[in-house]
Amino acid sequence: MATIAPAARTAPRFEPALMRRKLTGTLFYGACIAAVGLLLLALVALLVDVFLRAAPWLDVDFLTSVPSSRPARAGILPAMIGTLEIGLIVGLLTFPIGVAAAIYLVEYASDSRLNRMLQTNISNLAGVPSIIYGILGLAVFVRVLALGPTILSAALTLSLLILPVVIIASIEALKAVPEAQREGAYALGATRWQMVRQSVLPAAAPGIMTGIILAMARAIGEAAPLILIGAFTFVTFLPNPFEGQYTVLPIQIYGWAIRPQADFQGISAAAIVVILGLMLLLNGLALVVRARLGRHIQW
Amino acid sequence: MVAEPADPPTIRRMTMIADAPDGLADEREPVVELDVVSCWYGSFRAVKEVSLQVRPREVTALIGPSGCGKSTLLRTMNRMNDLIPTYRTEGTVRFEGQNLYGPGVDPVAVRRRIGMVFQKPNPFPKSIYDNVAFGPRINGFKGNLDELVETSLRRAALWNDVKDKMKQSGMSLSGGQQQRLCIARTIAVDPEVILMDEPCSALDPRATLQIEELMAELKQEYTIVIVTHNMQQAARASDTTIFMTMGDDRAGYVVERGPTVKIFTNPEERLTEDYVSGRFG
Repeated sequence: MATIAPAARTAPRFEPALMRRKLTGTLFYGACIAAVGLLLLALVALLVDVFLRAAPWLDVDFLTSVPSSRPARAGILPAMIGTLEIGLIVGLLTFPIGVAAAIYLVEYASDSRLNRMLQTNISNLAGVPSIIYGILGLAVFVRVLALGPTILSAALTLSLLILPVVIIASIEALKAVPEAQREGAYALGATRWQMVRQSVLPAAAPGIMTGIILAMARAIGEAAPLILIGAFTFVTFLPNPFEGQYTVLPIQIYGWAIRPQADFQGISAAAIVVILGLMLLLNGLALVVRARLGRHIQW
Repeated sequence: MVAEPADPPTIRRMTMIADAPDGLADEREPVVELDVVSCWYGSFRAVKEVSLQVRPREVTALIGPSGCGKSTLLRTMNRMNDLIPTYRTEGTVRFEGQNLYGPGVDPVAVRRRIGMVFQKPNPFPKSIYDNVAFGPRINGFKGNLDELVETSLRRAALWNDVKDKMKQSGMSLSGGQQQRLCIARTIAVDPEVILMDEPCSALDPRATLQIEELMAELKQEYTIVIVTHNMQQAARASDTTIFMTMGDDRAGYVVERGPTVKIFTNPEERLTEDYVSGRFG
C-alpha cells in the first residue's frame, strides 16, 4: 500500500452548531403537532356543532318514522333502508368482481406494460368525480338497460364508482404478501389456484376486507351521482330495490338542509348523526375484521 | 408423476459414474442426476454445463462464492425456476431415472416429491397445525391428519416445543423453530428429496446447530441437497460436497465434487483448495 502523508492536524473543519440543529428538529416537531391539532380542532368543532343541533330531535321515533311535512313527526326510516339496500347490493357486487380483478392482475397476468398501464388507469378511475359516474349510470343503467331510476340503478352506479378503489386496495394487499409465501406453497406441490386460495388470499384478507369496507363507507356517503339516478328527497314508504322511488341518507340530509325552517335543519343534523354512526360502525367493523383475519400474520 | 419410462442407462452415464472424482465407482443409483445442465435467465447463462449426481440418503452440499449459480441449480431440481418467466433449462435433469423436464411432466407433481426449504423461514400466517397440514390438505391426503402432523413435527424435532400451542401462529415461533416448522411442513407431504437453500443463513449458531443435527437424522429417510455459504457447515453436515465457481462470463460451473472429507482436506483442484481454505470467495 502506498504511504500517504498524514494530513496535518490543523484547525477542525467541523461547525457542529448543535444548538441550531436541535432547534430545527424542535421546530419541525412543533409544526407536526400543530397540524394534528388543527385537524382535531376542526373535527371536534364540527361534531360538537352537529350533535348540539341534533340532540333535541334524536329519538327512536326519528329512526322508525317516515318523512313528514312537520319536522316533529319526520323520520328517516326510508332513507336508512334505502342506504342499507344499496350498501348490500354494492357489497355483493364489488367484493367478487373487485377481488377477482385484482387477483387476475397480480397473480395471473404477466407483468407486462399493458398490465401496468391497466393498473395506472384503474388508479385514475378512482379519482374521477362521482358526478361523472352519475351521468354514466343515468345513460347506461337508467336509460339503455331501462332499469329506471331505482335502487338497483343507484347501486350499480355506486358499484362502478368504488370498484377502482376496491381493486386498488386489493392489488396493494396482494402485492404486500411476500413472494416467499407463494414459493412456500408451490414447494409443497400447490397448483397456482391452491397457492392463491390457500396461501396468498388468507394473507391478504385483512387488507382486502379493510379496503372493501372503507370503499363501502364511501359509497353510502355519496349524494352527487344519485341526484342524477333519480333519488327523491321525500319518500314516505319503504323502497323496493327494483322499482319505484327511493331515497338515501345523504340525499335526505340535503333535502332537509336546504329548507329555510330551522326545525328542518335540526332534523338534518340528526340525520347526519345517524350517517356518522353508520360510518363509525363500518370503520369499527373494518378494525375488527382486520384484527380477526390478521391474528396469525406477523411481517 | 408421469409414467414415462426411465431412460435406459447409456454408456455415457455408466462412464460418468465410473469416473467419479473420488475414484471409487459408486454402485448406488443416483436419486437426482444432472447431465450437462445449463440454466438461462433470458440471454444470460447463470449455470454452464453442469453434470452431477445426488446419491440417496445422504447430504450433498453445494458450496461456492456468491452468484455462482448454486441456488439456481438447486431450484432446477424441483422446477421452482419455472415460475420465472424468462427462465430456461438446457440438458437433462433426472429424478429416479425420469427426465424432470420431459414432455408431460407436471412441475406441481414434481414439487411434492422434491420438497424445498428456503433461506428465510417462511411459515404461513396460519396456526402451527395448519402450517404442517397445508401440504397434505392440498395434495388430497386421506389418512389421519392429526397423526401426520404430529409425526412430521416429531421428525423435525419440534413436537416438544409446540405440542401445547398448536393453535398459535406459526409466525410466533423463534427463527430456528420457524425453520424446523418449514421442514416439518415439507416432510408432511412425504417427499423423497429435500432441497435446502441456505436454510441457516438467517439463524443464530445454536439454531444452526439444531438444524444440522436434524439433517443428520433426516438423511436416514430422505435425500438432502443443501446450498450453503458456510463452509464449516458443509464440512460438518454433508457427505458429498460439490464446489462451484463462476467463469469470466459469470456462468457458474462445477469445479470439483467428491466426498466432503476429501474436498476439504485433499482437493484435486487449486481453486477448490483456495476456496475451502478461505483464500478466496
